[in-house]
Amino acid sequence: MQNNVNKYLRSEKLPHIWCPGCGNGIVLGAITRAFGLLDCDQDNTVVVSGIGCSSRATGYLDFCTLHTTHGRALAFATGIKMARPELKVFVLMGDGDSTGIGGNHFIHAARRNIDLTAIIFNNSIYGMTGGQSSPLSPLNSRATTAPQGTFERPFDLAELARGAGATYVARGTTYHANMLTQLIRNGADHKGFSVVEAVTACPISYGRRNKMGNGYDMLLWQKEHSVPVEKARKLTPLEMEGKFAIGELYKADAPEFTDIYERFIEEKQKKNEEERHRGVN
Amino acid sequence: MNDVAQLARLMQGNEAIVEGALAAGLRFFAGYPITPSTEISELLAARLPLYGGRFIQMEDEMASMAAIIGASLAGLKSLTATSGPGFSLKQENIGFASMAEVPCVVVNVQRHGPSTGIPTAPAQGDVMQARWGTHGDHPAIALCPASVQESYSLTVEAFNFAEKYRTPVILLTDEVIGHMRERVILPQPDKLNVIDRKKPPAGLEKYYPYRPGEDGVPAMADFCENYRFHVTGLVHDESGFPTTDADVAEKLIRRLNNKIMDNLDDIVLSESWLTKDADIIIVAYGAVSRSAKKAIKEARVAGFKVGLFRPITIWPFPEKEIAVLSRQAHTMIVPEMNLGQLKLEVERAASGRSRVIGVNKVNGELITPGEILDAIIKQ
Repeated sequence: MQNNVNKYLRSEKLPHIWCPGCGNGIVLGAITRAFGLLDCDQDNTVVVSGIGCSSRATGYLDFCTLHTTHGRALAFATGIKMARPELKVFVLMGDGDSTGIGGNHFIHAARRNIDLTAIIFNNSIYGMTGGQSSPLSPLNSRATTAPQGTFERPFDLAELARGAGATYVARGTTYHANMLTQLIRNGADHKGFSVVEAVTACPISYGRRNKMGNGYDMLLWQKEHSVPVEKARKLTPLEMEGKFAIGELYKADAPEFTDIYERFIEEKQKKNEEERHRGVN
Repeated sequence: MNDVAQLARLMQGNEAIVEGALAAGLRFFAGYPITPSTEISELLAARLPLYGGRFIQMEDEMASMAAIIGASLAGLKSLTATSGPGFSLKQENIGFASMAEVPCVVVNVQRHGPSTGIPTAPAQGDVMQARWGTHGDHPAIALCPASVQESYSLTVEAFNFAEKYRTPVILLTDEVIGHMRERVILPQPDKLNVIDRKKPPAGLEKYYPYRPGEDGVPAMADFCENYRFHVTGLVHDESGFPTTDADVAEKLIRRLNNKIMDNLDDIVLSESWLTKDADIIIVAYGAVSRSAKKAIKEARVAGFKVGLFRPITIWPFPEKEIAVLSRQAHTMIVPEMNLGQLKLEVERAASGRSRVIGVNKVNGELITPGEILDAIIKQ
C-alpha cells in the first residue's frame, strides 16, 4: 500500500507551501494512501478544492484538479458530477471554507446526497488569512478577530452533515493517520454524500495564540481529546465534555442524487422515443 | 407545408432563449429562481432531459454559476439564467470563468433596481455590471437582443463566442424582450452555425491547458479526457499551475483581454438603420431600440434626418462604428432605461464630435416613441 502512493502526487510541485508543524501534509498523506487502497483511477477521478491553506492540496495531486473560489468547491463539484456521473469526485476544503462562506453549499450537497467525498481539514481557524476565528473555532478560543476569545458557539461539523442529510459521516485526526486513511477510503467507497472531518493542527495561527505548543504538542492534544466512537457511545455527556468522538459516526443507505437523475433522463428519453414511433409528436 | 412554415412559432423571448440554447448544443443548466428570468429554468427543467442533458436548481446564484463552470470543464455546454440581483451574486464566479477560460453563457434578463427594485419591471441598469461586475481587468462579451427572434439567434451566437474564445458570455436581455411574445422562425438545425471548443489532439507528450494558439485561445481538453491538468483562478502559467511571477501575470491578463479585443470584427455586431443621410443618430439597444424605430419613422415624416444605430454586441462596445457616425451626426441621442450608462461610452467614442444627449427613465416603464420623438424635435 505504501509503495504505490507516490504516483498520486505531482512530486515536481513539492515541497508544499504549508508551515512547519502544520497537519495538512498528514491529511494529504492519508488521502494519497486512501487512493492507494482504493486503487484509484487517476484518469477517472477529479479533485476539487476551495480556497485556503488546505485547498492548495489539489496542486500536489496528479489528477484533473480544480482549485475554485472560496466556499464554492462543492457547487463546482456538483456541476462536474452531474455532467459526468461516472467520475469519482473528491472535494477538499477547510473548516472556514466549508462551513462559513460555503455553509449553504455544504448543507445542500448533503441534502441532495450527491455522490461526492468531502474531506474537511479542520484546524479551527482561517490559516491563510492569518488566524481569524472560523465557525469551527471552539467557544472562547483566541483568534486575531477574537482577541479576547470567541463569543460564538461553533458548529459540530459531523452533526451538521448528518442533520443536513449526508449518508456517511466520519471524523479522524492527524494523530490517528492510519484511521484517517481508512475513513477516507470508506467514505470514497460509500455511494452518496460522504463527509470526512480531518482534525488537523495549525500551530502558527491557532496553536500559538491558544497556548497549545508546537505541532508535536498539538498532535498529542488530538490523542488526548479524542475518543473512539464505540467507546464514546457508552460515555455520558459529562464524561465526553471537552472531548470528541472519532471513527465512523454515521452511515446510511439512501438514494443517490445523480443516480436518480440519470434514471429519470433515460426514462424520459425512452418515452419520448416511443411516442415519436407512435407518431404522437 | 414547407420547412420554414413548420418551424414558425409564437413564443416568448425567454422561451426563444431556451430553443436557441438547445440548438446551440446546451446540455447543462444550473439556476436559481428569479423574476423575470424564471421561464428559462422552468422550460429547461422539462426540455433538457429529452436531449440527455441535465438540469439542476441550485441553492443560490453563486452555486449555479459554479456548477455550470464545473459542467463545462467536464465537457458540456452550460448555461445559467438570472436577473439583476442574481447577476450581482454570480459575479465572483464569472470572474473565475474569465480567468480560468471556461466557456459558459449567463443570461441576465434585466429588471428594475438597484437592489430588489421593481422585480417585474424592465430596466437596462446592468450595462456596466455586465462589463465591470467582477473584480480585476477581465474581458467581457455581452449581447443585447431586441426581439424574440434575436433572443434565439443571439443565444446561439453567445454559445459560439463562449466556445470560440473560451470565455463567459453574457446575454443581456430585458424584461420587455423576455416576456414579449412574437412570431419566430426557427432555422433548420443543420442550417445553424454551431461552434464547438477547440480541443487539443490526443497523444501529446504534455498538454498545456493555457498555451494559446495563434488566435490567443488555448485548446481545451475535457476533464478526464486524455490529459490530467490543473485549473485555478489564481494567476497561472501555461501549464495551469499558480505563480506570482510578475511577467506571467502581466502576460496572462493582457492575453485574456486581447483575445477579445483583437477580434472585434468577429464579435462586434450592430444594426444601422436609416443612418446614411442622418445628422441625428439615435443609439439604442434592447427593448428601447423598438421605441426608437417608431420615433424615427415619425420624425422622418416630419422631415428630420434621423437614423438608428443599435449595438447588438454591447461589450466590447462598438466604438469604431460610433466614431464613424460621430463624423456625420451633429447630435447623438441615447435613450436607455437607466441614468446614462451607455451614454458615457457613446460620449467617449464620439470624442466631442457630436453632442450626446440622454433620454433616461428609471421608473420601471419602457421609454416611449413619443419621448424619443420629443428629444429629436428639440435638436
